[in-house]
Amino acid sequence: MNWDEIFAAATPELYLAFAGLVAVVLGAVLRERFATVSIKAGALILLGACALSLFNIEGGVAFNGLWETDRFTNLAKAVCYFCAGVALLIAEPYLVKERLIRYEYALLVIFASLGMGITLSANDLMTLYLGIETLSLSSYVLAAFNRDSQRSSEAGLKYFVLGALASGLILYGASLVYGFSGSTNYDAIAQAEFGIGLVFGLVLLITGLAFKVSAAPLHVWTPDVYEGAPTPVVAFFASAPKLASMVVFATILFEAFGNAIDQWQDVILIISGASMLIGAFGALRQTNLKRLFAYSSIGNMGYALIALAAGEEIGGPALLVYMVIYALSQLGIFGVLLSMRRRGGMVEDISELSGLSSTMPWLAVCMTALVFSVAGIPPLGGFFGKLVVFQAGVEAGLWPIVIIGVIASVVSLGYYLRIIMIMWGGDKLAPFENMSGTVGITVSAATILAFPVFTVVIGWMMSLAGGSFSLG
Amino acid sequence: MGDFALLSFMIFAPALGALLLLWVRKITASNATSIEEESRVAFLVGLVVSAATFVLSIIALAYFQPGVEGFQLVEDVSWFGGTLNEAGEVVGGIRYKMGVDGMSILLVLLTTFLTPLCFLASWGSVKHRVTEYVAAFLFLETLMLGVFCSLDLMLFYVFFEAGLIPMFIIIGIWGGAERVYASFKFFLYTLLGSLFMLLAVIAMYLQAGTSDIVELQTVIPQIFAVEDGKFGVQHLLWLAFFASFAVKLPMWPVHTWLPDAHVQAPTAGSVILAGVLLKMGGYGFLRFSLPMFPEASVYFQPMVFAMSVIAIVYASLVAFRQTDMKKLIAYSSVAHMGFVTLGIFSFTEIGIQGAIFQMISHGVISGALFLIVGVIYDRMHTREIKFYGGLVTKMPVYAAIFMLFTMANVGLPGTSGFVGEILTMAGSFQASTWAATGAALGVIFSAVYMLTLYRQTVFGVMTNEKLEGIKDINRTEAIVFAPLIIATIVLGVFPAIIFDITELSVAPIMAAVSGLIG
Repeated sequence: MNWDEIFAAATPELYLAFAGLVAVVLGAVLRERFATVSIKAGALILLGACALSLFNIEGGVAFNGLWETDRFTNLAKAVCYFCAGVALLIAEPYLVKERLIRYEYALLVIFASLGMGITLSANDLMTLYLGIETLSLSSYVLAAFNRDSQRSSEAGLKYFVLGALASGLILYGASLVYGFSGSTNYDAIAQAEFGIGLVFGLVLLITGLAFKVSAAPLHVWTPDVYEGAPTPVVAFFASAPKLASMVVFATILFEAFGNAIDQWQDVILIISGASMLIGAFGALRQTNLKRLFAYSSIGNMGYALIALAAGEEIGGPALLVYMVIYALSQLGIFGVLLSMRRRGGMVEDISELSGLSSTMPWLAVCMTALVFSVAGIPPLGGFFGKLVVFQAGVEAGLWPIVIIGVIASVVSLGYYLRIIMIMWGGDKLAPFENMSGTVGITVSAATILAFPVFTVVIGWMMSLAGGSFSLG
Repeated sequence: MGDFALLSFMIFAPALGALLLLWVRKITASNATSIEEESRVAFLVGLVVSAATFVLSIIALAYFQPGVEGFQLVEDVSWFGGTLNEAGEVVGGIRYKMGVDGMSILLVLLTTFLTPLCFLASWGSVKHRVTEYVAAFLFLETLMLGVFCSLDLMLFYVFFEAGLIPMFIIIGIWGGAERVYASFKFFLYTLLGSLFMLLAVIAMYLQAGTSDIVELQTVIPQIFAVEDGKFGVQHLLWLAFFASFAVKLPMWPVHTWLPDAHVQAPTAGSVILAGVLLKMGGYGFLRFSLPMFPEASVYFQPMVFAMSVIAIVYASLVAFRQTDMKKLIAYSSVAHMGFVTLGIFSFTEIGIQGAIFQMISHGVISGALFLIVGVIYDRMHTREIKFYGGLVTKMPVYAAIFMLFTMANVGLPGTSGFVGEILTMAGSFQASTWAATGAALGVIFSAVYMLTLYRQTVFGVMTNEKLEGIKDINRTEAIVFAPLIIATIVLGVFPAIIFDITELSVAPIMAAVSGLIG
């Protein structure tokens, strides 16, 4: 075994797995005493993994080609670990108040992040499946983490049953691909002759992955799981795993099926168009903020898929930039939702934001900026995300989907504006309970990132992500 | 001026002022000051900041040399995208580039001139959330100035669309009873139009590798050259830009958001909307559509003419039937902006000069008219024409000011309204006799509805008892109207002060299109 290779390619994941296992032992031995520090320790571990990914950004190949990392995947990984760490930090006050503070929470997030790292590094369908299952199984448990709540248990069960089906589809697709190409390695699949058997395998893989990123028509689980699962869990779901799954989606299509782009481009275009429209129209009548942002995320996945459909060279960097901006602003938005707490309980209805601008002006300003950012209005960060995605679509000549994107953007403004109008124009309600420091800092930081500060970083990110992405 | 970034300083001064204001608010909030005190501080800060911005724009005008071709006071920094050349400099890509020519410096002046007046006019009439109100206006001013100074297409787009946010908030929070509906309509209409422009901007950027407006004006007509007058990409790009600017201007038939927005917006919001935001459409035509897509502009001239004439005649007739004073003036705005498009698409120097003049003049006059409505609305809280009558007996000064601006809006010689209308009509006469005839009809109609409005509200016998106690304009209002009156008359008597400045910026536009008209 060549340890140099392995350390070059997989240090963050090895570290994460090791740290996670140590934490398991600590949790088992110390129990409640560990529970109180587990969240901060977990966040520290994840931020360490983030630093490791950035430190060793060039990556490499390991485990006989099962594992391959480059600047593109390492950048995605770093952001994923960062988002997971922040999602963990903002969860703590909620868990304490809801008496849910158990050391398993941090462990599950760590192992879910490990799963993301594995899928992102995968250069082989086996590795991919391993990673997806690690991520998914932790996620199912997280969704049901509030086990005394019927809604949370229901959400976990729903997620599990449907997620298991999607995993099955991916596995079946992978076995078909293996059968017809003779290998599970991405590079070998790309070399294989493309026949009808591979098409079937490809379609099943796309279906399973579309479920994981909650793209239409496999989006139906999203609003229910978002509504039922505890809010900090949703903050986690909405940021890091979305980013990871979307980048994995792109890696497998670009690396393993890059030559067959004419086979899958139309499928992605249809999924993308349907997601954008369903996301836009579906959210219009929602009154629960978590459901609303679930639809909003479905729509946003549709935009990211435009970049995916544009192909590797044009779309790759755009996809990553879009998803990074998206993931960071989701953390901010869910930070705001986490601070919506009255009379000891969480409130989730859109009308609860009424008059926020006079009771908690700074929170209202942050939420306004974040919502306009997700809606893609300049000069906020989300606009630049949409800009690069549309640019990729136009460059690839995908005019119809870009025009659908424009129409969906206008429709979706219908509900984004409603949130803003309620905050600024509605009658004054009692203020929310004081929010904790970490949540406040996260919300503020996400807002500042949403402002054009982000545009300074965009060029750097584009070149970083684009420089390493080449056809296999 | 050296390396001092005068334009950037001017553009971002209001935004800095707004941040300062929000910070001041945070400090005073803890001292539990009364609402009156808070509103006084807010308006004072707003007034000082916007007046300072006006002074900065005057300094910019002083440094501006009308006799020099091209853009002046240029600032140019790479923003993102683009490639490195051998010297290690970034070429192409999206740049932060600012600069002004004769046309934009005038619109900048118009903006900085109207904003302080808006604060004066809302002093006392806006009573809740004053800090936010002032901050929203200051942010809006920054964005408007950015639109007129941007020399990078992407930067222009960012400012252009970002302006929707503060205006949406202004209408939505401080507006009338139907404010939510009006603000949504305003936002969604303009957004749909400008997103199509965004797609065109992206397509142009990808083809040209730069979004520098000056470079695009030379390369875009070559890249998207039209072969044998056939319908091509250039026409599609023109339509995408047209979608955005026509909604903004607004042109018939996409004008329907304007009356709603105006009626619901607070007075100062209407002033800025009619005075500056509408001008962005006309500015866009002159800066982008004509120089970048000359063949397509010529191709679509008949369509634009038809839409302009319909706008002028139809909007005038609709204005005549309005019962709400603000709605009447809103429709009159649609009609007057019809003259602007008529002048621009006449492709004659006199027409384009007239269009720019008309934009400036309409900015002043319509702003003044909305303020005039605001004066009696603040006193009686209704804008129904029927409610009023015989105001001249109680408010003689007000009646005189109203008379002046009525005449200016009608286009009486000696006021600025006359110059704009006569020049645009003269320009369009050279291009199409029919269009000029239609426009002339509109001038007559405008006299009909404006004089009817004036007669019904100011003259006659005061029958409504509620009006007995109404007071003439106070000192603040007089201060607001004085500069507007001076501007209207000075521009009407010495129109050359505008033409001297705009002359050299019209020349390149003419050079782009003049070879194409037979």
